[in-house]
Amino acid sequence: MNTSTLASRIERIRLTTDWQVVFWRVRRIIAKIIIHLILVAGAIVFAAPFVWMLSTSFKTEATAYKIPVEWIPKPIRWQNYIEAWQMQPFPIFYRNTIFLTVVNIIGIVLSSSLVAFAFARVRFWGRDVLFLILLATMMLPGQVTLIPIYVIWSRLKAVNTFWPLIIPEWLSNAYNVFLLRQYMMTITPEMDDAARIDGASWFRIYSQIIIPMSAPALGVVAIQAFSWNWNSFMGPLIYLNTRNKFTIAIGLRLFQSQMSQYMPYTMAMSVVALIPVLIVFFIAQRYFIQGIVITGVKG
Amino acid sequence: MAQEIAVKGRRLNLRQRESLVGFLFCLPWLIHFTLLIAGAMIFSFVISLSRTDLLTGWKFIGFQNYSNLFKDFLFWKSLRVTAYYTFLVVPLGIILALSIALLLNSKVVAFLGFWRLIYYLPSVVSGVAVAILWMWVLNPRFGLLNATLISLGVKNPPRWLYSEEWAIPGFVLMGLWGAGGAMLLYLAGLQSIPTHLYEAAEIDGAGSWAKFWRITLPMLTPTIFFNLIMSIIGSFQVFTQVYVMTNGGPNNATLTMVFYLYRLAFLEFKFGYASALAWVLFFIILFFTMLVVRSSAAWVYYEGELRK
Repeated sequence: MNTSTLASRIERIRLTTDWQVVFWRVRRIIAKIIIHLILVAGAIVFAAPFVWMLSTSFKTEATAYKIPVEWIPKPIRWQNYIEAWQMQPFPIFYRNTIFLTVVNIIGIVLSSSLVAFAFARVRFWGRDVLFLILLATMMLPGQVTLIPIYVIWSRLKAVNTFWPLIIPEWLSNAYNVFLLRQYMMTITPEMDDAARIDGASWFRIYSQIIIPMSAPALGVVAIQAFSWNWNSFMGPLIYLNTRNKFTIAIGLRLFQSQMSQYMPYTMAMSVVALIPVLIVFFIAQRYFIQGIVITGVKG
Repeated sequence: MAQEIAVKGRRLNLRQRESLVGFLFCLPWLIHFTLLIAGAMIFSFVISLSRTDLLTGWKFIGFQNYSNLFKDFLFWKSLRVTAYYTFLVVPLGIILALSIALLLNSKVVAFLGFWRLIYYLPSVVSGVAVAILWMWVLNPRFGLLNATLISLGVKNPPRWLYSEEWAIPGFVLMGLWGAGGAMLLYLAGLQSIPTHLYEAAEIDGAGSWAKFWRITLPMLTPTIFFNLIMSIIGSFQVFTQVYVMTNGGPNNATLTMVFYLYRLAFLEFKFGYASALAWVLFFIILFFTMLVVRSSAAWVYYEGELRK
């Protein structure tokens, strides 16, 4: 800092008389009001589709299409949910989706944490090259491998089973391995060094030291695996072709194509499809937000 | 004596044993990589050189699929559609996400957690339910958007998904609704900018405009860089919305590359031709990613690096 700026700074402080203090306070309040007005307007725009969806799902056919929009449905027709729910085997779609989601969360967490542990802790031959390859594959668009993998599954007669949607998830994936490895690198190695001197096996170090200490990152992986599997569309679309195998995404799409003229029903079933995601989001908001921050800032 | 040999043997093998353990832990990824990535890529290339519907046989035809592709009107159409969508949604998304993050980062904001939640929530949900919701939002007659536009006094609001010109802008609006994910990323980036930089600038008499251009924006460039690459890759692969909302229409106005690929492979059973398209898509995404990476030296600023 040179003397002239310091002098001007002191000059400015000296000039800060009472009316200037008032001026700055008023300016601050005005800024605060303007910022909040913009935030409220934006929030209304962002929330409106959700509110509209919920409101429409309770409307009758007569009130759903009215313009201007009636935000509070009158009468409230909750039967939409029951009637729509019975038009397609939604309980089966739900059961299939829950099954696939749970199995795949377990598979992803287990396999990715094993691989991440190897990259973070074990010094094995070729590790650094393998890790670079892993990073490179994150850039690969899935479409390139979509068709050959489909060809293989169809040769194995596994189309219209859950296997093509489960097995790949149990073989870890680059993105989650990377995320977990980055997190495990931040855990101090003192504990596992001590354990190794005491003769603990690698698997014990993995399961009793690294896994418990990686809980926050594992939570992030589990949450992302949940929302990815719950919303997954292209995989189930390609591999599942009878209704008793459909997931909620495919079932909902089928329902929408049949009911395309009847907005309240399709809205009601869309709400039903979104509810689990929203519930998990509200319970585990912290993990959603952490996930973005870990992958984005450290990545 | 026997014990000594055993100890010696173990010591000799310690390194190798660790390597073996490493490979065992890595096994899921090694299988994944060999079969589902490397193997599948080679196989994909072989398929792209063939003509096959998987049922009535295979015929090796060399690069004919590729040369046909470049003569295919629909391929060029899908490339234009995808590029149009990407070049609209990516920059607008970054600007929107950054603007919200800047607003939320201002010191006067009350209830930060509440606002963050509202803006972030739409990006959490995705897939078919959201596509159905937006199909109705964009419905020209009963949709929320046009209902709002009409009550604001717009005489002839766009017909969105039913018109060739407005279908992609409709998808862009839907994409912007999910800008909350990137917003969170920028907010985290903004909060990690050390305050001493701003203090130093204030002492030097910098106004808020100068502080934004000289400190905030340069310090955010690594985050923007990451977000830019991810959004480009993501928007080149848009599929679910197209499948659910427009089926590629009207008049192929929303025929994105991945949707065209899906149609070729799983509706027309042209697996060879579709694989060729997949490879072209791969190189297009690679090209744009490389472009961004190459340009990054000029505009991405890493802390600790000296500016010329």
